[in-house]
Amino acid sequence: MRRFDHKDLLGIGQLRVEDIELVLDTAGSLKEISERDIKKVPTLRGKSVVNFFYEPSTRTRTSFEMAAKRLSADTVSLSATGSSMVKGETLIDTARDLQAMNPDLIVIKHSSSGAPHLLSNRVEAGIINAGDGINEHPTQALLDLYTIREKKSKIKGLEVAIIGDISHSRVARSNIIGLIKMGAEVTVAGPPTMIPPAIEALGVKVTYDPAEAVKDKDVVMLLRIQLERQNRALFPGLREYASFFGMNSDVLSLAKPDVILMHPGPMNRGVEVTSEVADGPYSVILAQEANGVAVRMAILYLLIGGSGN
Amino acid sequence: MRTWIKAGSVVDPVRGTVEKVELIIEKGKIAEILPPGSAERKGPQTKIIDASDKVILPGLVDMHVHLREPGYEYKETIATGGRAGVAGGFTTLACMPNTNPPNDSRSVTEFILERAKEAGLCRVLPVAAITKGQKGETLTEFGDLREAGAVALSDDGFSVKNSELMRRALEYAKYHGLTVISHCEEADLSRGGVMHEGVISTQVGLPGIPSASEEIMVYRDICLAKLTKCPVHIAHVSTAGSVELIRRAKEEEVPVSAETAPHYFTLDHRAVAGYNTHAKVNPPLRTPEDVQAIREGLSMGVIDVIATDHAPHSTLEKELEFDKAAFGMIGLSTALALTLELVREGVLGLAQAVKKLSYNPASVLGVEAGHLKEGSTADLSLIDPEYEYVFGEADILSKSKNSPFVGKSLRGRNELTMIGGKVVWERET
Repeated sequence: MRRFDHKDLLGIGQLRVEDIELVLDTAGSLKEISERDIKKVPTLRGKSVVNFFYEPSTRTRTSFEMAAKRLSADTVSLSATGSSMVKGETLIDTARDLQAMNPDLIVIKHSSSGAPHLLSNRVEAGIINAGDGINEHPTQALLDLYTIREKKSKIKGLEVAIIGDISHSRVARSNIIGLIKMGAEVTVAGPPTMIPPAIEALGVKVTYDPAEAVKDKDVVMLLRIQLERQNRALFPGLREYASFFGMNSDVLSLAKPDVILMHPGPMNRGVEVTSEVADGPYSVILAQEANGVAVRMAILYLLIGGSGN
Repeated sequence: MRTWIKAGSVVDPVRGTVEKVELIIEKGKIAEILPPGSAERKGPQTKIIDASDKVILPGLVDMHVHLREPGYEYKETIATGGRAGVAGGFTTLACMPNTNPPNDSRSVTEFILERAKEAGLCRVLPVAAITKGQKGETLTEFGDLREAGAVALSDDGFSVKNSELMRRALEYAKYHGLTVISHCEEADLSRGGVMHEGVISTQVGLPGIPSASEEIMVYRDICLAKLTKCPVHIAHVSTAGSVELIRRAKEEEVPVSAETAPHYFTLDHRAVAGYNTHAKVNPPLRTPEDVQAIREGLSMGVIDVIATDHAPHSTLEKELEFDKAAFGMIGLSTALALTLELVREGVLGLAQAVKKLSYNPASVLGVEAGHLKEGSTADLSLIDPEYEYVFGEADILSKSKNSPFVGKSLRGRNELTMIGGKVVWERET
């Protein structure tokens, strides 16, 4: 039997190719549960999962909650505004308090890179990184890998373009690491102000021009432009971004005819992507959302559904 | 009272020698330096310290420490920092002004000196702020500060952003005989950064501080020193580019001196792996190539001084998310061993290394220290340069334990420290 030998999921970096395949295969068999009339199995009954979202979150948090509930785990959610973190309590103190209640897993989303790693050194519960600063967002990458494999029936050998703010995107970083591990070729593109130094060290090609990046690609992945970045002079304005780096049908037509277009959401329609493309025939954005629940169910199951059950 | 330090090897950083001698101390001063075997006990009044397998150093001078008092006594006090200093072989500490209130006035300078006197450990030399509140707006009263006992000026932690103000500070400080120590950081370029900008920051997803943010200000200050012919001392040099700028400036005889800290010649940016906040420091740990350049800069004499930038922080500032943690690490307990490592690796000769830890910083600050000769004040330490140990929290006498070297093997440690002829610290056996 294949084993998932990890206490935590802190990043894609820690996973081996076999681990990633196991997650994707497990998600494949769990996906069907969400299509049933009664969308619940007792697999994680008696287990408890804390969703600890230090950053505002709608989709990731809902997706994790849905995943846990479909496996019958008990879930508690806390956000920074509703917790004592606004009262000046440190992350470690909050974590210790949570640990005292003996949860099986803590899912954390945090604005600081490395926050889940800090927790993992301090608590016994397993930690799932639901996004840390500009570092990683491993479950997003896993659901993207799942979606790619579902649509293309393979990952190895595919050519993938990732376009947008690579510097500040944890989605980009996790996807780059995961895709390269699984044997895809990755090209990143975006304004030079948003391409981090020495990104080539992660194994990617760098072009700045989206048209060049998209050319003959199997997968085009867009990233959300965070509007507040304008204030740090990373780009002059949304109009300029949209006209030079936004994805429209003309640019997308340079890709392979069976290209799939992905976006981790939430989208800024009319900025990084036109509505025509986002809602068009190549878009798999809604499939990504649906697969998110299945992949997160797989992670929960593999981390705490195993032996002790 | 007469003290005879028997059969030790004394390091003379000025002559560049290491010689076996008999050292006689009387009335707080070096009375005689005699050839080995030629001293004798003169009655029961002579205290004998056996130094036969030890090396005698002039008391070390650290021109860049944060003693945190007044204001941050939970991190360090003048007494606890002084204790860490003497245990580490230091007899003189120059303390930076970023206290609360900052040392920008006579009263704070006097308070620091008063507390240092009460503690009775290291000699403490206050470094006052260049600008009021370290805000970079108005010059402090240099003359008044000098009279109160300040030896140098720095807005350490910040660069004086306004170049005209910096120019005037250099000109006015020279008149008062005060050394200006510049923390070089172009703040707009480093804002938000928490580690060196490079391949590791990209891999671990932390915002970076580019080398250029240091180098731009190093070059600006060199330009101002050239313009005004007034000296400037560059604090904590961390990049290869800064070393090159300073090398060229010295070639052109611009009055510039420079220091680096042991962590910049020992560790590189990979030390932050696992989001280790004890390796978070400003300027940040750079690349292995920078570390190499710093070593060459020390070896070639481009970098004059090794200073620790001893920056105590409690767990409140360090047991945090990496980006929220404070910058800085303590250094008084490890500086000697880390510098001796350079000697063992052939980067520096022993006398040359000791000079950068004693005579040179004293010269930059314009104080008499760092050289043992007949008639000089008996500030010295006795070290065992080959003693090997695993550095632990128990070895740290600072109030704060934020060192990335805890758990690491070190070689060389101080055994005894004397200030003004009095043994102020001795290792318990």
